[in-house]
Amino acid sequence: MTAALLFAQVEKVATPKLDWAATAPLLILCGAALLLLLISSLTTSRPARGTYAVITVLASAFAIGTAGVLWARVTDAERGAFTTAAGALTVDGFSVFFIVVISLGIALSALLADDYLRRENLDGPELYVLMLLSGAGGIVMAMANDLIVVFLGLETLSIALYVMAGFNRRRAESRESAMKYFVLGAFSSAFLLYGIAFIYGATGSTNLGDIAGFLNANTLEHTGLLLGGFALLLVGFGFKASAVPFHVWTPDVYQGAPTPVTAFMASASKAAAFAALLRVFVSTFAEYRLDWQPLIWGIAVLTLVVGSVLAIVQTDVKRMMAYSSISHAGFILVGVQAATAQGVSAALFYVLSYTFMIVGTFGVATLVSGKGDEHHGLEAYRGLSRRRPGLALTFTVFLLAQAGVPLTSGFLAKFYVIGAAVDAHSYALALIAMLSSVVSAFLYLRIVVAMYMTDEEGAEPGPRVRVPLGAGVALGLAVAFTVVVGILPQQVVHWADRAIPVVLASGR
Amino acid sequence: MSDFLQAYLTVAVFGGTAGLLIAGVLGLGRLIRPSRPNPDKLTTYESGVDPVGSGFSQSQVRYYIFALLFVLFDVEAVFIFPWAVGLETYSYFGLVEMGIFVFILVLGLVYAWRKGVLRWV
Amino acid sequence: MNVPEWWYLVLSAVLFSLGALGLLIRRNPLVMFMCVELMLNAVNLTFVTFSRSLNDIGGQVVVFFVLVVAAAEVTVGLGIIVSILRRKPGTTADDLSLLKG
Repeated sequence: MTAALLFAQVEKVATPKLDWAATAPLLILCGAALLLLLISSLTTSRPARGTYAVITVLASAFAIGTAGVLWARVTDAERGAFTTAAGALTVDGFSVFFIVVISLGIALSALLADDYLRRENLDGPELYVLMLLSGAGGIVMAMANDLIVVFLGLETLSIALYVMAGFNRRRAESRESAMKYFVLGAFSSAFLLYGIAFIYGATGSTNLGDIAGFLNANTLEHTGLLLGGFALLLVGFGFKASAVPFHVWTPDVYQGAPTPVTAFMASASKAAAFAALLRVFVSTFAEYRLDWQPLIWGIAVLTLVVGSVLAIVQTDVKRMMAYSSISHAGFILVGVQAATAQGVSAALFYVLSYTFMIVGTFGVATLVSGKGDEHHGLEAYRGLSRRRPGLALTFTVFLLAQAGVPLTSGFLAKFYVIGAAVDAHSYALALIAMLSSVVSAFLYLRIVVAMYMTDEEGAEPGPRVRVPLGAGVALGLAVAFTVVVGILPQQVVHWADRAIPVVLASGR
Repeated sequence: MSDFLQAYLTVAVFGGTAGLLIAGVLGLGRLIRPSRPNPDKLTTYESGVDPVGSGFSQSQVRYYIFALLFVLFDVEAVFIFPWAVGLETYSYFGLVEMGIFVFILVLGLVYAWRKGVLRWV
Repeated sequence: MNVPEWWYLVLSAVLFSLGALGLLIRRNPLVMFMCVELMLNAVNLTFVTFSRSLNDIGGQVVVFFVLVVAAAEVTVGLGIIVSILRRKPGTTADDLSLLKG
């Protein structure tokens, strides 16, 4: 009997419809990862320098391109947002926005990694494969319309990141950071999963659309299970977004991981965490806003204060930037806490500007650290303005943007977030955010001063700094974005405004 | 007190009794037994050869690598079993989908092989 | 005799807490991994319990995914441990203290 006859006799199950255009960015990233793996498994000769990085960047560019096509489709008034893969993925402006942010994170980090890997004698496709897959996991998190899909995306993102953190196996710091990240990451994802189980128990579904529908239609007699679920989910997301008190891994891992990987972690992985947080809490659990808002309020305050105060006592620049990234997470949480369309749009604007700032910052750190990835102390930056004026100026732009100086995207990002908090009547939070931005400004100025003012003339010059092509392109793009958007933000604000997450019931 | 808690009273009484019994018996033993400490009593085998070295021996790292590969590929069978049972209802869609799934797994195996992981050193 | 559902929930909560505590207290990396597994499997038990009480198959399907994710996670974790132990046999979590400040 042939297979065709065999199949013909049995009743078919309805197989889920996949919208190929909507899943194209994911398929491109995963396909590129498989392609790189295939090339490295089947060929014996080494390909030309930079081939892997170029493939990675091209794949991200294609992903962004397909996202652009999708954007036109989902923002079209008649067609609008939709779900695909049996209600597992939502395709709306929000998804598309994060596809772009995460793909940008991949592309910029890959450009930084290219020269880094050759410098450290680690050249190979593996880091790019992991980066692409990890980014795909992040996109799944942003598109997920089901808590289990959020979990799967988070794990794809994290498992690849654990390996990436320990990628420089010869450095004990790198191995150690991988171990720490792994143990704490596994711990937090177990909490997230337990939270999902609670929500499932309370609402009878893991589908975000069904959960929102259930919560709108019914009043729960006992909310204990649901609220426990909220708290546990917040632990999981807070960990990935490195919000205090779930931040303890951040400084160690950011410091120990290879610097381009740190750039990726700080940009793409954090963006994915906020994507999931926004979609799950702000849109799905909107009905129970009054229950979770105080939690986020507390986390945001702690994150802002701890991030900006502890950053000041650090001496290692990578560690400083780790704490500064914690304080940025606090600012984004201020937008989340507002739980309004304005707050979400401000948080999105912040995430996009932050991606460029932080990749640029760690990009400069990659270059300055020199061979061995060792020179991360403040002294390595001393007198950088004389050795490498261009690089010093670039770094200054990123630092000022992070500090929130006007005419940079960082200023507007902070401004919108605080504005959203004020409009949502969270005056105390807005005030704390402003104060913490003043405190952390000191930190950034300290580095700028170190670069531009060298008091002792006979001081030993730091290591020679080389700016390779890939990293140069990445830094150039990041600076251009930071400055141009800082002056002309309208277009990006317009995008962020139209990228509010939509909750759709599953297609069933 | 509700019926629910009353049902638990039994458990509490039972647990308490058990605790008291253990504490009582051990305490009684401690009171009446003679105490003559002797270093020989602390050895692993009181009448036998002295053990040499630590009780834990380390396995070679190469076993781990195989164990890792085994765990990884073994668990994927979780998806293949239900598919095999329901293949007829999934028709060509299922066949193609499983083909892609297995292809990705094989790619991983080929990669491991090319990196020399499968060689017994 | 029918065992009430909440017994399973309490059991899984206890297992989950044991796993979490173990992860915080134990210093042997392998035991820490086992604790992670314990936590994940406690959650699996919760899912299956809810799945039964809600009469919804979804919760049991989740368990499949969690099992596979847990295996992948442990594989990567063991790989990291092996690469650490290769250089420094007998490492415990307290020995990992290069990074602090």
